[in-house]
Amino acid sequence: MTTTTATPTAGPEKTFKDKLAAGSFEIQKCAGCGKHVFYPRVLCTHCGSDQLDWVVASGAGTVYSTTVVRRKPDAGGDYSVVLIDLAEGPRMMSRVVEIAPDAVKIGMKVKARIAGSGEAALVEFVPA
Amino acid sequence: MSLGTKDLRGSVAVVGVGLAGCGEAPGWSETEIMAAAARNALADAGISAQEVDGLVVASVNIFLSGLSIGEHLGIKPKFTDSTCVGGSSFVGHLIPAAMALNYGLCDVVLVTYGSNQRTGVGRGDAAKYKAILDPLPFEHPYKPFNPPSSYALAAARHMHQYGTTREQLAEVAVAARQWAQLNPEAFSRDPLSVQDVLKSKMVSDPLTVRDCCLVTDGGGAYVLVRADRARQYKKKAAYMLGVGSAHWHRQIAAMPDLTVTAATESGQRAYEMAGLKPADVDVLELYDAFTINTLLFLEDLGFCKKGEGGAFLSGGRIAPGGSLPVNTNGGGLSCVHPGMYGMFLIVEAVRQLRGEAGARQVKDARVALTHGNGGVLSSQITALFGSEETL
Repeated sequence: MTTTTATPTAGPEKTFKDKLAAGSFEIQKCAGCGKHVFYPRVLCTHCGSDQLDWVVASGAGTVYSTTVVRRKPDAGGDYSVVLIDLAEGPRMMSRVVEIAPDAVKIGMKVKARIAGSGEAALVEFVPA
Repeated sequence: MSLGTKDLRGSVAVVGVGLAGCGEAPGWSETEIMAAAARNALADAGISAQEVDGLVVASVNIFLSGLSIGEHLGIKPKFTDSTCVGGSSFVGHLIPAAMALNYGLCDVVLVTYGSNQRTGVGRGDAAKYKAILDPLPFEHPYKPFNPPSSYALAAARHMHQYGTTREQLAEVAVAARQWAQLNPEAFSRDPLSVQDVLKSKMVSDPLTVRDCCLVTDGGGAYVLVRADRARQYKKKAAYMLGVGSAHWHRQIAAMPDLTVTAATESGQRAYEMAGLKPADVDVLELYDAFTINTLLFLEDLGFCKKGEGGAFLSGGRIAPGGSLPVNTNGGGLSCVHPGMYGMFLIVEAVRQLRGEAGARQVKDARVALTHGNGGVLSSQITALFGSEETL
């Protein structure tokens, strides 16, 4: 969006979700300062520029912190909630799957994948 | 002409505090609890509702809360603020209220809060509507059990980085409970041991249900006036010596370092305004929504070094009889926690400075530090209060 025209397509949140639904996990990179931004925003949180380009995320990340949300087995059982530091710099909330939630450790190297499809598409991580 | 921040030191004072409906208040609406707390604070000061010309309120649920409570109380304020930054709001309200008083916009500010979170109907439905009205699309799909999961992530990181233990976190809950046992108004007063905390139901690792605050009903209120009027009321005034606010994030994923809160900045601002340092503080009221909070705030407010909070508070240092009295009412962990707790920090600090805290009274308490937390370690607001001799 520029200051003088209406939105050409959609805001950054919907743009991200549309890309994800199409099978591509993309994050923003600032043309002003070169740093990456996540979650998707209107302005760069590092320098204030509105020149944010979309780039395909490497998918590489490291577990910054982890918790297991406790839930009764008949309600689906315990599950993972983590914070992942992406190789590009930003941090995001996600989950680590394919291992037990209490086997997820801080410092673990993980790799992103897209779970679900359409509007339910979601970035999750598996051990690298 | 412009006032400097140091001109705010000692310029306003709390002259009345009150509580209402703490614990369980079935059959009471949120606005009614706020009104009852307001009545008690005004009676404490000896001020009629009609003398109030500044009205400040924050609510978890009520849109236009300032208008609602004004209408309910029959107050026609010249100054209103209803900023909500979570549980720290009522400490933060000191800033606009002090400015309004100092510039003569009004003479008597009433700050009030109430919630029927425990016994009120529709809690589950409210959460569903909130998710629609205020979606957090980059966290909500992962179903963090918030707020506990966000604080659990901070606790896990602190444990990883500094070797902090679950036992040390549990000591925070035990100390709070021991203070609560000295406070007849506290909600949870049964004995609690470190082992009890560790063996309680895990909610979001590493936090058990006893690492988490209570869910109660309750309200509180305070009355703030300019210092030049503070001596004309019934009780001893508690002067605001310093206040500072900071926030760096809302959602936990956006917190720069989960082991360092914006209390590092809010505290520094408050100390600078007050001309005080941690060693000058006699009693601390820290927003303990979770056990990790107390530990982080002791570090970030300068009572110990970063990473040493666990060892610092071990061995009963912050419990009754310890060298540093923290959360003397029992805190959010054991006294009261109706959605947003910040109001209760100030009520307890004022009672301590007046010397009316009964069995839990800290001897010769002259300087009290209140530290409010809002969101998920997000909004951090620190205020220092002192008795008349600290001016």
